Formats: sequence, C-alpha cells, structure tokens
Amino acid sequence: MKKNRYLIFLVAVIAFFSMRAIGVSQVPRQDIYNPGLLKPTDSTLKVKVGDPLPDFSLPAVSGGQVSLSQFLGNSNMVISFIPAAWTPVCSDQWPGYNIAKELFDRYNAVLLGISVDNIPTLFAWTNHMGKLWFPVLSDFWPHGAFAQKLGILRSNGVSERAVFIVDKKGIIRYIDVHDINKRPSLGDIVRELEKLEK
Amino acid sequence: MKRTLVCLIGVFIPFFLIHTYAFPDNPLPQKGSRLPEIKLAVPTAPAQRDYLGLTGDGFFTIADIKAKVVIIEIFSMYCPHCQREAPSVNQLYRTIENSPDAKGTVKLLGIGAGNDSFEVNYFSKTYEVPFPLFEDKDYLIHEQLGKPATPFFMGVRINTQGSHEVFYTHLGGFEGADQFLDEILKGSGLK
Repeated sequence: MKKNRYLIFLVAVIAFFSMRAIGVSQVPRQDIYNPGLLKPTDSTLKVKVGDPLPDFSLPAVSGGQVSLSQFLGNSNMVISFIPAAWTPVCSDQWPGYNIAKELFDRYNAVLLGISVDNIPTLFAWTNHMGKLWFPVLSDFWPHGAFAQKLGILRSNGVSERAVFIVDKKGIIRYIDVHDINKRPSLGDIVRELEKLEK
Repeated sequence: MKRTLVCLIGVFIPFFLIHTYAFPDNPLPQKGSRLPEIKLAVPTAPAQRDYLGLTGDGFFTIADIKAKVVIIEIFSMYCPHCQREAPSVNQLYRTIENSPDAKGTVKLLGIGAGNDSFEVNYFSKTYEVPFPLFEDKDYLIHEQLGKPATPFFMGVRINTQGSHEVFYTHLGGFEGADQFLDEILKGSGLK
C-alpha cells in the first residue's frame, strides 16, 4: 500500500514536469537558421481578391488530408503561409495565433498553417511551439504546388509569407503577400474577418 | 594596379569605420548604465496614467514615472515563454501592490517588441494583465535596447535629481514573485 503511494507520487511528479516541459516549449534559439535580410517579395500573384480559391488537398502534420471541400459552405478560412520552418520570423508567428483561437472562432474561421517543408520537418518544428490548435499542412510534394497555383512560390523554392482570407463560398476576400522579413499583424487579419459573414 | 589597391583601401577603410562606429549594434542594458531615451505614449486609461503618475498627453520617458524603481518587461504576444510567464508577472504586480516597501515606489510596465496596439491589447486581455503595456510595433525600442530575447526584465532606479540607472537585468522567467521583488528591493537600495 505504502509502495503504491510512492509510485503514485512518482508518477504525479513525472507527469507534472512533463506537462511543464510541454508548456514551456519554444523553438530553441540555437536551432534557428537566420537567412539574413531577404528580398521582401519574390513572386507574382496568380489570383486576386474576388477569385475562387484554387482547390487543394494537403497532408496535415497531425495526419490525414485537409481539403478545400471540407470548409466550403461551413467556415471562413484564414490561410497562413510561412516561408520555412526553423527560421526567425516564422518561429515567432504561429505561437501568437495559438493564443487567439477565440478570435478565429468568433468569426467562424478556420486557420490553416501551410509551409512547403515536408511533414517530418514540420512535425519537429511545430512540436517546439507546444500544442498548436490549428492544422499545419505540408505543400512539399509536388513541391510547392499550391503556392505555385496562388503565385506565391519564390524563386528559391520557399513560399512567400502570405495571408489569404477566404469566405465560406470559397471566394478570396483578402490577400496579404507580406514582406518576408516581417510578421503580419494579427489585428489586420481580425479587421478583415470582421467584414465577412459568419 | 598599386593605384587601384590604394583606392580600394581608401574606400574600404572609411566605410568600415563609419559602419562600425556610426551604426554600431546597440548593447544590452548593463548594470550601472543609463537607458537609451525610450519614449512611450501616455496611456489613455486614467487608471494607468494615475498608476504611473503621469499627466497630460503625448509621450513620456521612464524617468518621468512617479516611482523610485521601474521594472520594465520586454515581451511579445508571439513569444510562448512570455505567454507562459504572464501569470507570474501578474503575480509580481500584485506582490508589489501588497508590499508596504514597494507599493507606490516600485512600478511595473511591459513593452511589446514588434507588437502593435491590437496585439498588446489582446495579450493584456487574454492574460488579464493589471499593469500598463505599451506597443513597440516597429521594434524601435527593442533595437535601442540591444534586441534582447524575451521575456527580458530590467530594474531601473529613478534618482531624485531625475536621472536614472539600470541596476538589474534578467532574461527569461523567474522563480517566484516574492523572491524577484526581494532582489529588486535589495538591488535598488530600497531595502
């Protein structure tokens, strides 16, 4: 009986520290590759506001495929493209969205994070951010095909840092191909979501 | 050939010197140093203006705050460490306000590196932050302070003549609010 009590105590202590370790997750600074200052944008958009979003079906880090058809008629969409895992600005973008779920819920919007990195890379990288509540999708193969359809694949094979807001009908309502060196404002996303029908 | 070399050296050396000395990277604040002149907008909320002892509109500097010690946290809404530490920093504020040695003489504020007003307000609302937070949308203050990782804490002593001095810096989370405040009070000479 006494032995069991010690065992429970030990399990509780381990569980506590494990949870704490998950909670404190952050991409370690020494693992961040700094590419330096880059050309702000390096692609030509192939879509514009008012166009239907090209179809996509991409694998998610959490497993399975995520497709446009899942959201049509149900939810607005915020699609956040980040250029590359393990880089400075990208590692500081999705963790902010991670505390803003209620904002996306308020406007009946799903958030989709997309990168042209492959699944194992995205798995390792996003694990350092703690548990993200939104799907992270890989546009790795055929390489950057969805980014290419949108016209946001840069000449070196990474995507732009871009935000697309799409309404329930699948129509693009907002495009921000952002300076790759800077983080888009969450406030700008929310202000655009306010304009959509829930 | 020799002439070209001399010309190249003549161009390179002044460029190097100008780049190094006219545009050096700012160092992190050191104990005993003065802060660069940080200008923050006077809060619109009367309670925050009262807390900091500010009047009027426009901008203020740290030395304008009615306090003997100001603790400044450099944070970001996007930083998971800052998110995790937010409840502890709130506790620090409450510990200060409940301490006879610190209430009224030690003030706490946060500056959101790369955060605009929406992001700062969202962080404040999400974590129910009871002390004033300020935006630093374009990282101007962050750069002035040597681009510290976040969260980064500084203790600044305000002298009676209006001058000020950094007496404490700390990177990352802290063990407990009581211990943190004790270090601040001892380090500043208030205890």
